[in-house]
Amino acid sequence: MLTWLSIIIILAPLAGAISVGLLGRVMGRPPAHWITITSVAISFAASVWILGIYIAQPFEVFEKTLYIWGQSAGIPIEVGVYIDSLTIAMMCVVTFVSLMVHIYTIGYMCDDPGYQRFFAYIAFFTFSMLMLVMSNNFMQLFFGWEAVGVTSYLLIGFWFKRPTAIYANLKAFIVNRVGDFGFLLGIAAVFLVFGSLNYGEVFGHAELLSNETLTLWSGTTVSMATAACILLFIGAMGKSAQVPLHVWLPDSMEGPTPISALIHAATMVTAGVFMVARMSPLFEQSTAALTFILVIGGTTALFMGLVGIVQNDIKRVIAYSTLSQLGYMMIAVGASAYAAGVFHLMTHAFFKALLFLGAGSVIIAMHHEQDMRKMGGLWRYMPITYITMLIGSLALSGIPPFAGFYSKDSIIEAVKLSTIPGAGYAYFAAVAGVLVTAIYTFRLFFMVFHTKPRMDDKTKSHLKESPWVVTVPLILLAIPSLVIGYILIGPMLFAEHAFLNPSLYVLPQNDVLAKLGEHFHGALAFTLHAPMTLVFWLAVGGIALMWALYIKWPGIPEKIKNHFSIIYKILVEKYGFDIFNDWFFGKGTRGVGNVAWKVGDIKIIDGAMVNGSAHLVGRIAKLSRYVQSGFLNQYVQIMIIGLLGLMSWWLYAWVG
Amino acid sequence: MDFSLKAMLPEIFLATMTCVILVLDLYLSDRFRRVTYLLSQVTLVFAAVFAIALWDNHFVLMGGHFVSDKLAVVLKTSVFIVGFCIFTYVYDYLRERDIRISEYYILALFSMLGMSILISAGSLLTLYLGLELLSLPLYAMVAMIQRQNTASEAAMKYFVMGALASGMLLFGISLIYGSTGQIHLDALPVAINMAEQPDMLLLLGVVFVVIGIGFKFGAVPFHMWIPDVYQGSLSPIVLFVATAPKIAAFGMLSRFLWDMFGAAPETWQSFILIMAVLSLLLGNIAAIAQTNIKRLLGYSTIGHVGFIFLAIYAGNFAAGAFYVLAYALMTLAAFGILVVLSQRGIEIEDITDLAGLDKQHRWLAVMMLLVIFSLAGVPPSIGFYAKFVVLSALVDAHVAYLAVFGLVMSAIAAFYYLRVVKVMYFDEPTQTREITIPHGTNVLLSINTLATWVLGILPGGLMAICLLLY
Repeated sequence: MLTWLSIIIILAPLAGAISVGLLGRVMGRPPAHWITITSVAISFAASVWILGIYIAQPFEVFEKTLYIWGQSAGIPIEVGVYIDSLTIAMMCVVTFVSLMVHIYTIGYMCDDPGYQRFFAYIAFFTFSMLMLVMSNNFMQLFFGWEAVGVTSYLLIGFWFKRPTAIYANLKAFIVNRVGDFGFLLGIAAVFLVFGSLNYGEVFGHAELLSNETLTLWSGTTVSMATAACILLFIGAMGKSAQVPLHVWLPDSMEGPTPISALIHAATMVTAGVFMVARMSPLFEQSTAALTFILVIGGTTALFMGLVGIVQNDIKRVIAYSTLSQLGYMMIAVGASAYAAGVFHLMTHAFFKALLFLGAGSVIIAMHHEQDMRKMGGLWRYMPITYITMLIGSLALSGIPPFAGFYSKDSIIEAVKLSTIPGAGYAYFAAVAGVLVTAIYTFRLFFMVFHTKPRMDDKTKSHLKESPWVVTVPLILLAIPSLVIGYILIGPMLFAEHAFLNPSLYVLPQNDVLAKLGEHFHGALAFTLHAPMTLVFWLAVGGIALMWALYIKWPGIPEKIKNHFSIIYKILVEKYGFDIFNDWFFGKGTRGVGNVAWKVGDIKIIDGAMVNGSAHLVGRIAKLSRYVQSGFLNQYVQIMIIGLLGLMSWWLYAWVG
Repeated sequence: MDFSLKAMLPEIFLATMTCVILVLDLYLSDRFRRVTYLLSQVTLVFAAVFAIALWDNHFVLMGGHFVSDKLAVVLKTSVFIVGFCIFTYVYDYLRERDIRISEYYILALFSMLGMSILISAGSLLTLYLGLELLSLPLYAMVAMIQRQNTASEAAMKYFVMGALASGMLLFGISLIYGSTGQIHLDALPVAINMAEQPDMLLLLGVVFVVIGIGFKFGAVPFHMWIPDVYQGSLSPIVLFVATAPKIAAFGMLSRFLWDMFGAAPETWQSFILIMAVLSLLLGNIAAIAQTNIKRLLGYSTIGHVGFIFLAIYAGNFAAGAFYVLAYALMTLAAFGILVVLSQRGIEIEDITDLAGLDKQHRWLAVMMLLVIFSLAGVPPSIGFYAKFVVLSALVDAHVAYLAVFGLVMSAIAAFYYLRVVKVMYFDEPTQTREITIPHGTNVLLSINTLATWVLGILPGGLMAICLLLY
């Protein structure tokens, strides 16, 4: 039963993608979206079915190899499924958000010439993402990892006639390559130690990792656990856009908005968090790696949020907020509170997809204008978008009882208790980040929906609420953003048999969630406790501050900007990451390339090898033409020469 | 002596039906020529069914001269399926040119009968009998179309060289017989003769037999016939010569090198290696200089043969079997497309004749693209997987340097394959013409083409079958 369901879950989107991808032009638009939506809906239904089976009768893990493609040096290259509570959670989130985005796309892309292509891509993305989360071995994980990367590349550059989109997708691809390099090395390290790439076998002997050491250079050794985990995490840094590999994510907003919601907010970018949680038995072996994660996550959470405050492009604000929230998730997994990280991943998937799709709805109404300085007062024209966006913003800011509050608060509480080095810094970053989150979120909200309308009259006269294909997904996403935190915090994190516990491995001394759980008395108490905490008042304070600055006294932001122009400049330049990358890596590699081109390419390769081998090939071809003269007697001669040759070999080998 | 002729049912049926078709065809008027075609197809289908029915059993009959085992079943079935596809692809070509359809079909059927016997050979005599029955109709087929002088020339060359190779094979067989007193493909006498000290006579016999095998495959330096025959004959004939006989030749190779000399691989390994290396080298490099597409595919065939021989050298016959089946499938599609394209008085001869195919018939161009990629070994096509299996067999046999050599050669091969793709997609068509493909042909050709990729993505089943054979 589970086998069949999982096969259906994986293959349905693939079938949709292939049929629409190949025949899209023939079948026209409505069949294209019906086929892909049906296929993803089937996946979603089957995922929920598996969830039902699990709830009715929890099982430790369901693992099965579906197909062995081949074997290389004793490593089976296989396709398999590994279904446990973590996988089920991810499957449900991925298919649900994907389904919503599919429906939404009908409205968002309705006058785009690449309509069918788009549906084929996002269905293929869903397939790749499911391959990634359902995998039972590192090889397939890597396949999914790369496949989502490729679809992300294709979709960022979906409008391939815009130079900025091409720049952005190249950037995403190249930066991810850096991460994938580490990831691949990490997988190699795992194989080196365990001699297997199968999850079951690797996790079963996880303690092997801490016994091994790796010699970096003579005299300097490092624990294999630290090396492997940091390498794997570098992969996660690329995919989940952690500092300093975050630079691609803001630029990826060049892609259509549904993509930003699906890939660059809800699913693909969280693959890194999922991966770390999945590998929890390995990461638990190395405190150093966890510290590394905490520092990187904390930095991302706070400093990327700060950049979000000065952005004016509506999608970029949300993109920086995504970076910051990914930082929170990393803080959680770094503090060994894997369940909290995955929980935040889930709630974030809902409210961030909601925010992106809401932003998309605004963008539709504004005729593809994304600059918030030209918006304002939209609440009057688009009530559904307004209310759903408000829900999303409150959830993002962590105001109870919205979903974000529960997951973010658990993370902050967990990291507070953690004894892993670096937890103090991460705690500070997380708490400060709450204020920052509230500030950029409500800056966006007030600038778009309140304040005086600043658009031109033509746009203003066309302002209207988006069609139902856009608003229905908004409403369907708003519901979980509202309630899912309250409902799930107990069962996911603190219940005696918490949902995710069987999938995750935490050392007893690191288990901060268990310590937290001792003081957990139901979701209601958790909610009511909120006003007693600093975090809550920071969030409320941030919102109040924005209300004061943008609605009450609208002149002040400009003054602040002028007063702190240096800080403003640093934030606008995003701490100079892009400048540095362009200068160091861009110019640097171009310089190296130039030298290599002038010396290596022109002189050695072109001169000696290409022309040389072309000469050689030409000569051999000439010779073979000469031999292949067409004269039968010569042909027979060659056969006889061949015979003589083999006979001489015979003489040499056996007689001589 | 077991006379349960059940095990020979495919051959008996094929022989009977071929004779029936031959006689019947004499009395058919031209309007009913299609009957010959349909009967031939039915014959092949039933022969294939009879062959598959023998899967579970191992028969040895006629005093050991004839065997039917899993290898025989797989190879025979493949030959019949390939034959079925060929007959479909060429029908309209032959019709359009007023070529005597029945002669093509009947000669091909006789040749396939020879292949079937060769594959089931239990002794050196049957082996030789099958080989001759396979070859003679081929010579006639190449010569069949007299309007072209090149065809007679090609046939003449093919025949003379074939006769020479047959002579060598027969000489080798007589040496082996003289040395062991045995004509059955039985490993025991070889083992006994090799056990005490290397038997020179036996080893010399192996040299000659290996040359016979090499000739049938077209391995360097016994490849001279391939470019001329491929270029000189019409596409439908090349389509046949290039596919089915290679499967049968693999049967011959496997019977001889595995059944009889499998216990003493050192007797033949070095010869196979020499031919493999030379074939890879010459096949792939000479192909670069070709402008004629059939000749190019001819040289590429030589390169593929190099890979098959590498697998045999590594002692992995299953990998060899997989490669030869993959090769047959890909070549079938490639030449099939050339045959289908040659219509309305146009013969596809040069690579430039394919220029702008993308604009003339998009689906045909896509199919050709898929096949060419598969031939070049782009993952995850069957061509890639076949190469992958061979290369990993080489690594397992601790001859990694040969794997590297094979890799370099396939990189070179990618160049001339991609040139064909470039011409199809980026060059302007030289003439505007309309291409129509009959419905049935289109479906079969599409299945054939897609199979080269589906079997690459899901190679497990075919590989499992190949592993069962040895």
